[in-house]
Amino acid sequence: MSVIALSPVDLTLAALLVIALAVLTSRVGMGLSKSLLVSATRTVVQLLLIGLVLKTLFEHAALHWVAIMALVMLLVAGREVVARQGRRFTGWRAYGIGTLAMFVSAFTATVFALTVIIGPAPWWEPQYAIPLLGMMLGNTMTGIALGLDRLTQSAWQQRRVIEGRLILGQTWAEAIQDIRRDAARSGLMPIINAMAAAGIVSLPGMMTGQILAGTPPMEAVKYQILVMFLITAGTGFGTLGAIWLGSRRLFDERERLRLDRLKAG
Amino acid sequence: MGASILETAFTTLIMNRFRSPDRHPAPALAEDSQNMPLLLQIQQLRTPRIGPLDLGLGAGELAQVAGPSGAGKSLLLRAIADLDRNEGLIRLEGQPRQAWTGAGWRRQVGYLPADPAWWADTVGEHLRTGDERWLETLGFGKDVRDWTVDRLSSGERQRLALVRVLQNRPRALLLDEPTANLDPDNTRIMEGLIRDYLRESNAAALWVSHDADQRKRLGGRLFLMENGRLTESNP
Repeated sequence: MSVIALSPVDLTLAALLVIALAVLTSRVGMGLSKSLLVSATRTVVQLLLIGLVLKTLFEHAALHWVAIMALVMLLVAGREVVARQGRRFTGWRAYGIGTLAMFVSAFTATVFALTVIIGPAPWWEPQYAIPLLGMMLGNTMTGIALGLDRLTQSAWQQRRVIEGRLILGQTWAEAIQDIRRDAARSGLMPIINAMAAAGIVSLPGMMTGQILAGTPPMEAVKYQILVMFLITAGTGFGTLGAIWLGSRRLFDERERLRLDRLKAG
Repeated sequence: MGASILETAFTTLIMNRFRSPDRHPAPALAEDSQNMPLLLQIQQLRTPRIGPLDLGLGAGELAQVAGPSGAGKSLLLRAIADLDRNEGLIRLEGQPRQAWTGAGWRRQVGYLPADPAWWADTVGEHLRTGDERWLETLGFGKDVRDWTVDRLSSGERQRLALVRVLQNRPRALLLDEPTANLDPDNTRIMEGLIRDYLRESNAAALWVSHDADQRKRLGGRLFLMENGRLTESNP
């Protein structure tokens, strides 16, 4: 049960498939070939770099290196959340709301899994901590980005309704509750779908990877269930937190709708 | 005879005890220059587009605002309802606006915009239950609550929006052309309803109107809004 090592030739063969696709899209004039090739190149470079980083990190396991790595991952994920917003909050909150919600939920879930459930020694063992945190952040990022985007776009489009409700004496929370519910739903829908389809429609990537690497299927399945639950909780709490912070920011202390606190992204 | 005086005193006592402090704050009324108690007092109200302007409305008073479109009439009503950022002092029955939360304040000053918003599917979801009087006055039957908002005409929307605002029992009404989409008969009915409400609840109204005939019918003080400034028009 050992891993069959891949040679550069193996990867080149796989790359040829992408190049073939790029040639085809170029021939039929779909204008996708350039971005295909750029993304493929980015994949190679970024993953080789992270491979080197992880290799170094595993060899020099120390809490502060893991913490720095985690911080970099968090900041990049925070930037991704901002980049996907059609309308952003002005000031530091453009970055702050998503990053804060992601930090609290993803880090809490990861630390909880490491200390209470998996329990490697030491608890921050990079081989466990970094991949877990990566999966948490990746999914939480998607949930928060979708949720916040839905919240701000809907508030912008439905400002007449929100103000119509305020006019009648509803509180800010009552006036935005329908929009908040929709935003939470769109943030959580991907992970709910993934849980519902897991194993039937798709074999989750992490489990597939473990099986390819020689882990007994039942062990891989258990890890996958653990990760799914952690991701769901992290995404859920993170998305709800970001939506709450964001919706609060849309109103001021006199419960006025303050769309001037948003700017087009 | 003696019993009836006692009864009256007792009733008064009970009534005073159960008077809602939210709706009727202690009558420490501000006074204007003629020593008339003011229900709604506005001082140095300003936003980036309007003011500074002063305005006082007495209990039961109906005052009108006219002026060219774009002069800031709707912005004035929005500022009083505290929907846009604004500076200045506004008092209701002597209490500063800050004594209420934003939501609480807007229940006191019922703002009826020119084009009110509807969000739920049926009319009933926008109305409280139990008070059918205004609906009947405006010519709606009991089944109006089941009507879908989509099938309402603009005039029906306008009349139902008035009922929706009145259900908060506001102390002041801010009306932005409330009869713009109504035929003459319904316009008269709505004018009568608003007058009755002001008389019964001793509330005040600021009424934006474009219609000269209506201005004559309604009477009362007339203010002109131009370039964000308000001046009282001499009769």
